[in-house]
Amino acid sequence: MRYLPHTQEDIQKMLAVAGAGSLDDLFKTIPDAVKVKDGLNLPEPMSEWELNDYMEKLASENIACKGYTCLLGAGSYDHYIPAIIPYLVSRSEFATAYTPYQPEVSQGTLQGIYEFQTMVTDLLGMDIATASHYDCGTALAECALIALRKNRKADKIAVSDLVHPSHRQIIDTYLKPTGYEMVLIPHTKDGLTDIATLETMDGIAGVAVQSPNFFGHIEDLAAVKKIADAKKCLFITSFTEALAWGILKNPGSFGADLVAGEGQSLGIAKTFGGPGLGLLAGTSKLMRDLPGRLVGRAKDSNGDDGYVLTLSTREQHIRRERASSNICSNNGLNAMTAAMYLSTIGKVGIREIAQLNHDKAMYLKSALTGAGFEPVFDPPFFNEFVMKAPENFKQKRTDLINRHCLFAGLDLAPYYPELIDHYLFCATEKVSKQQMDQLAKEVA
Amino acid sequence: MMTQRPGTKGLIFNEPNVWDKSREGRCAISLPKADVKRSPLDPALTGDTPDLPQLSELDVVRHYTRLSQWNFGVDSGMYPLGSCTMKYNPKTNEVQAARQGFAGAHPLAGDECSQGALRLMYDLERSLAEITGFDAVTLQPAAGAHGELTGMLIIHAYHAKQGRQRSKILIPDTAHGTNPASATLCGYKSVNLKSGPKGILEPEAVAAIMDEETAGIMITNPNTLGLFEENIKEICEIVHAKGGLVYGDGANMNAIMGVVKPGKVGIDVLHLNLHKTFSTPHGGGGPGSGPVAVNEKLTPFLPVPRVEKELDTFKFVTDCPDSIGRLHTFYGHFGVMIKAYAYILAMGAQGLLDASRLAVLNANYIKESLKETLNLPYDRPCMHECVFNDAKQQEYHISTMDMAKRLLDYGFHPPTVYFPLVVDGAFMVEPTETESKEDIDQFIDAVKAIAKEAQTDPEKLTSAPVLPKVTRLDEVAAARKPCLRG
Amino acid sequence: MKDINELNLPEDVKYTKDHEWAKADGDTVTIGINDYAQDQLGEIVFVEMPAVGDSFSAEDEFGSVESVKAVSEMYMPISGEIVAINEDLEDAPENVNEDCYQSGWIIKVKASDLSEMDALMDKAAYLEMLKG
Repeated sequence: MRYLPHTQEDIQKMLAVAGAGSLDDLFKTIPDAVKVKDGLNLPEPMSEWELNDYMEKLASENIACKGYTCLLGAGSYDHYIPAIIPYLVSRSEFATAYTPYQPEVSQGTLQGIYEFQTMVTDLLGMDIATASHYDCGTALAECALIALRKNRKADKIAVSDLVHPSHRQIIDTYLKPTGYEMVLIPHTKDGLTDIATLETMDGIAGVAVQSPNFFGHIEDLAAVKKIADAKKCLFITSFTEALAWGILKNPGSFGADLVAGEGQSLGIAKTFGGPGLGLLAGTSKLMRDLPGRLVGRAKDSNGDDGYVLTLSTREQHIRRERASSNICSNNGLNAMTAAMYLSTIGKVGIREIAQLNHDKAMYLKSALTGAGFEPVFDPPFFNEFVMKAPENFKQKRTDLINRHCLFAGLDLAPYYPELIDHYLFCATEKVSKQQMDQLAKEVA
Repeated sequence: MMTQRPGTKGLIFNEPNVWDKSREGRCAISLPKADVKRSPLDPALTGDTPDLPQLSELDVVRHYTRLSQWNFGVDSGMYPLGSCTMKYNPKTNEVQAARQGFAGAHPLAGDECSQGALRLMYDLERSLAEITGFDAVTLQPAAGAHGELTGMLIIHAYHAKQGRQRSKILIPDTAHGTNPASATLCGYKSVNLKSGPKGILEPEAVAAIMDEETAGIMITNPNTLGLFEENIKEICEIVHAKGGLVYGDGANMNAIMGVVKPGKVGIDVLHLNLHKTFSTPHGGGGPGSGPVAVNEKLTPFLPVPRVEKELDTFKFVTDCPDSIGRLHTFYGHFGVMIKAYAYILAMGAQGLLDASRLAVLNANYIKESLKETLNLPYDRPCMHECVFNDAKQQEYHISTMDMAKRLLDYGFHPPTVYFPLVVDGAFMVEPTETESKEDIDQFIDAVKAIAKEAQTDPEKLTSAPVLPKVTRLDEVAAARKPCLRG
Repeated sequence: MKDINELNLPEDVKYTKDHEWAKADGDTVTIGINDYAQDQLGEIVFVEMPAVGDSFSAEDEFGSVESVKAVSEMYMPISGEIVAINEDLEDAPENVNEDCYQSGWIIKVKASDLSEMDALMDKAAYLEMLKG
């Protein structure tokens, strides 16, 4: 096996030093009764070229082929990834390092993550961003737990039902054994969180609203903030499309206490939904309540600048059962990827890309309207929107996949049973006018 | 005679923060053409553009290339970080994960359009079930600690289903640091369990505190001293007799692939770290993947969605009434799963067994070679790692930290230090199977040379490291006045 | 770390088994961590304190002190209501290391039952406990 360097001679010499007669002898402390008798039943090992063939076969059983047009969003977005991003992030020194516990030989990771934290705070208008989490859903669940810990008199967290359905399910999973409760805030007929209902809710430690919400609509975060303040609870906001902040007013400008977000749009491949990038940001007041790692600036013994993991007493390996979270690893390499992407697109690029996303989505909406789709909601959106499809669309959608590898929207009925024949569309900078025109022509 | 050390001289570049290189008007991305008309958003909704750096493409490439050069990875040199399994990360795995059909796959494309991904997940689940001896596996947890949380949620759900929740969980002093935090998230109180004089758990100690208020026990096996819990079967029986469950922390599975199947010795639920045992890169702190394996009794509680096979097609199933629910927005870290599966396919049964045997050989070789140089608190045959401490160096006022830092100057990443907590000043070495005898000999020589320096020239250690980009950093000042953004 | 006989343990304060000190002035009791505790923790980077107005019973946890690598909870020597916290520690937690009985005090409490002070150890008893 090419990954194992030992020659027979090495093994004999090393066994002699270890005082063992054979490799089996090394396991003599393990009672026979617990040992495997008949080996492992696994496929024969593959050579590298066999592996290539097999993996390509599996990959091609997914329809994500070269010519595919992805008008799906809902938490995973089809953005262009510049060539330098995978090239740089695959550098071995980044990819094959551990968590930077030895800062002297981890300055690359540490400075990179420090810059990531800085760029995320700029993007979101927040004081502090952590070194990343698993995904938006788990980051949001952590935010809910922070609110419940801070507000011990309350035992509920109010969550908009236009928060991504999976994220709500994750919060539910995390809260189930704790005795805390998630209460849902319904939505209005305009596809926005029903602020009036939120106003009637009592005993809540925090309120969580996603914007742009699951239908793509931009929520009135200022109104949510007002109610959160009146109820003296934490205002949490989440998002799944990070590029929206290239143009929209950021969460910090609305006074958010905590922000959970998905950073997959920032240069990370969709990869069937993971690994993505959980973003978590907060106000400086909440600095010591944030779970996960933080990188801070430091001086070395010569007075030179450097970086270290800091405030680690919040973490599980020190605080053990009293830790604010059990989070250990983060999605570090994807945080690095996002930092590279943000440095690449820069101030000019992010505005232009964000605007293009909106332009294309507006065009797609009007093209679909022209093709007989009904625009059911009216509020402004970024790059996702809901349409009610004509009756025969379901079959046409399947045909489009089979014939053109074109994924025309996400069926919303499994998520919101009342929304039969409603589809969530997404258009990014990658989709061309020609593709959208073709779709409109085919479905008309 | 000291062989040549890997660390030598070199040119290290300075590199400022990325925003310090910014110049108004530069842009490193090729912007797509606007082929549709501009649709401005209502100005009441728009904000200032984030103040991102403005760079050329070469600026970006040079910035990150220089940063990378300040890092030490497995590909740079030996990285014997105990408990972390820093084995070689095969490059073909990266190639497999980058295939368009995988990397471009949208998670909501639908089962029929995602058969390759589903088949891979299904087959990986079956492979991990075979390796661990369990009935079912979920790949959804995003990391080891997330897997632990999943396991604890399953235990919690199991007791709830039995009609009586329990309040405590037993955690040995040789367990991983994340264990108590995971238990707390489920509302369980951690009860510390002391290991015996041999560094392993004694059945009598477990029997003395195991009661019907105790939900179960969290056991790391091999434990964090690198020792196999020889009484595992008996301990499982004691816990089961009181209606408790046994959680296995499989972070150290690299020692026992093909040797022990945890599912066959009484453990009920086990998490794995694909980024340790199954060779996927650690990425400077993730993304990892922490699958959880369970026996038949606990299968109904696994998170949704589950992957199921019907004839030769695969589908996601969410209709599982006893499930603990969802833990990830989609299906977990699929990209990491591809790499781990590629590894298993390349290794095969014999390869995995050989990997474990050679990992254990390397650790025992180091243990025997260094036990005269460093104090070895538990002098017993070890598994994949061995734990020394600084007791012999204390008379020269040299600590484990000093030796660790000096190793950097020699060109090695230090072992894990000050963990496990049961050993004062622990120096925990896990070489892994992919290090060759020559590299290990160099490491042994370096530790011996450093131990000699501790006697003759201790300042070389206390002022180490001198060769990396920075010297020891003032963590106290950094924590007193945190500066978390530029 | 200091040897037991190097510890600065004033005679005019009382000690707890968790290494806090307490000193009464009328019914106001000033509380901090003692020289042994600060020495064991090493360089303190953060002191987490309760809010003025909070009430605690004796032996309740009222806050924590953090060094870079460790956290230690602090427990109330007596019952009472917090009447002051040492706000200087927010910017200068090192005061606890440098002068744990003066500038490094942590909270002031209005005692609900001053006789609880009698249950605490004096220097001799505390030293005895340390030598254990």
